[in-house]
Amino acid sequence: MKSIFKSKRLSAEKVLIVCAFFIAACSNQQQSETPADQIQVAGTMDAELTAPPNVPLPVRNREAKKLIVNMEVLEKEGEMTDGVSYVYWTFGGSVPGSFIRTRVGDEVEFHLKNHPDNKLPHNIDLHAVTGPGGGATSSFVAPGHETQFSFKVINPGLYVYHCATAPVGMHIANGMYGLILVEPEGGLKKVDKEYYVMQGDFYTKGEYGKTGLQPFDMNKAIDEDADYVVFNGKVGSLTGDGAITANVGETVRLFVGNGGPNLVSSFHVIGEIFDKVYVEGGSMINEDVQTTLIPAGGAAIVEFKIDVPGTFILVDHSIFRAFNKGALGMLKVQGEDNKTIYSGKQSEGIYNPEGGSIQEMPGESDIPEEAVAQSLSDRMELGKQVYSRTCFACHQANGEGIANAFPPLANSDYLNADVNRAIDIVLNGKSGEITVNGVKYNSVMTKQVLSDEEVANVLTYVYNSWGNNKTEVTPAMVKSRKTGH
Amino acid sequence: MKGIGPLLLMICFFLCTQKKAFSQSMVKIEGGSYIPLYGRDSAKIIVRDFLMDVYPVTNEAFLSFVKEYPTWQKDKVRRLFADDNYLNDWESPISPGEKISLKAPVTNISWFAAKYYCECQDKRLPTIDEWEYVAMADETKKDARKDSTYNQKILEWYETPRTHKKEIGNTFKNYWGVYDMHGLVWEWTFDFNSVLISGASRKDMDNDRNLFCGSAAIGANDLMNYAAFMRYAFRGSIKANFAVKNLGFRCVKDIQDPSKNNSSNHKID
Repeated sequence: MKSIFKSKRLSAEKVLIVCAFFIAACSNQQQSETPADQIQVAGTMDAELTAPPNVPLPVRNREAKKLIVNMEVLEKEGEMTDGVSYVYWTFGGSVPGSFIRTRVGDEVEFHLKNHPDNKLPHNIDLHAVTGPGGGATSSFVAPGHETQFSFKVINPGLYVYHCATAPVGMHIANGMYGLILVEPEGGLKKVDKEYYVMQGDFYTKGEYGKTGLQPFDMNKAIDEDADYVVFNGKVGSLTGDGAITANVGETVRLFVGNGGPNLVSSFHVIGEIFDKVYVEGGSMINEDVQTTLIPAGGAAIVEFKIDVPGTFILVDHSIFRAFNKGALGMLKVQGEDNKTIYSGKQSEGIYNPEGGSIQEMPGESDIPEEAVAQSLSDRMELGKQVYSRTCFACHQANGEGIANAFPPLANSDYLNADVNRAIDIVLNGKSGEITVNGVKYNSVMTKQVLSDEEVANVLTYVYNSWGNNKTEVTPAMVKSRKTGH
Repeated sequence: MKGIGPLLLMICFFLCTQKKAFSQSMVKIEGGSYIPLYGRDSAKIIVRDFLMDVYPVTNEAFLSFVKEYPTWQKDKVRRLFADDNYLNDWESPISPGEKISLKAPVTNISWFAAKYYCECQDKRLPTIDEWEYVAMADETKKDARKDSTYNQKILEWYETPRTHKKEIGNTFKNYWGVYDMHGLVWEWTFDFNSVLISGASRKDMDNDRNLFCGSAAIGANDLMNYAAFMRYAFRGSIKANFAVKNLGFRCVKDIQDPSKNNSSNHKID
């Protein structure tokens, strides 16, 4: 290099070209010189392990190292959803298990510790391992004991790990899975926020929501008839206080895995488009993706820049899983509106496909009159119809709502406390935190486009069902809320 | 397998010389035949008549034993025969302490200790085949393995934490009059490691396809095997000097020709 700069006669252009060549050669060398399996390690470090939704610090430019991973297996009771508990088998005490972050060339020294209180032997099969069983054979460990094995990570990507002790399906169904990331040399590109999300399906003796300690149901697991399909081990782990957050303008990277045991996830974030998807967690990058498939025992990395504020809902777009089995999470974004990208509702008017010019003949009336309730039972009947098409999706058939997302209408203290407030919410919508039956909800209910009659009917139906206080709401009451105050 | 010579010597050295009974009632198990988990290919197992302890060995009984045979106290036992977990819940070498019920099954016992304990009473550890044969029975049937509720119940027990703290006799009395085969503790068997499970059950299909034919082989009609899978997996994870918090034992005794071979079972093809 020196000699080049000594020669002052070289034109600036030439210098630039030569420099560029050198730089290119240099960086090429860095990228491709050593095969991953021959990268030398420099020093030893303890791996940072994190529980979901957090991930350890990125590797950035660190050299390959000997990385010590201490993973403890814990069988412990936890909450599946409000009032429902389950004995989870975990790697590191969480479902999914602790996130492990490595770089290509790292030599991982893996210590698997089976807590003495545990009943069963366990092991670990890491899909990032090149070798028979992915470590399963070498790590098989009885309760109260510890095993150690080592492996070198040679393929970059996002990989699932799981327990592979017989019966394998049961160990996975009880929560024994997690993710291990192998970053390329130099690390993944820096982003503003990174989170760890992993889907799993659960099979319990009682149906969804049946309270008490629910044992694993082997028959349902074999039939692939899941009672719960959830992110991060339980219903509502990523909603309410558990929601992940970001600010407008930031780029978010989600490390998304699917532990199964049975179901394939159609992972989607409502209101966002994935700018990048590392397909199946590998090196191929797809762009501008709406929904990405994540196989059981597979993963994907998704990235998107957030342009507008609001709550973005993470779902398995096999959508009944989201609204009826728990596969629903939230990303809450704060910041300035960008009305160009998303306006919000701008106006609302009459839609008349025939155009406004058609005149009705005087006296002719083919349009059926809106049904008007003549009695309380009429009102209930009509109200039920409104409920079924308008409210049912979120508040559910029996007003039970969806834990941590949509408050219950059944036996609802919030509802029974103030009928005018209830009317207002139906008319104007509601957002922000409320407390219903002692549980906090922070969600959005949109303004409902209903006539006064329909509002009266549906509220009467709700108030006269599921243990509520039997208020009858009349169209006059609704009208007075619109005009009065 | 290094050092097997000295090991055998030591075992001989430790053979029980003074036989003593620690009052444990036994019941007769009538022999019969059955196809165990790993014996799909028509390898029926014949089990001869034998006597089995009604309950797992308790802390109380084991306490008398270590008082009688101090070499099995936790501060004196050789590490070759019992690892550091041996009786480690016990407050002292000659007392379980107040937190541990005397009527609870003794756990954190190595295979060597269990075997020696039984031999000191002129008994022995059951073989896997004998143990599994008795474990098939529910309250009313000799073989309840096809009963899905029975299997579901066993799986639920396996998932319940800390059952080893319960006292003996807590679970049901089975067809033979034996208690606590399921729902309290795992139990040592004489030949626990004769069925090798590598831990990666899928791989075992090469080693012994009868044992773990991968999940593909588990159809719904084999549901009965799931609980057994877990027992075999557990047995595959332990070594003879391991002491495990959820692992206890009970003894059996031959009815005829007790002087002959320890194993009363024969495989017929």
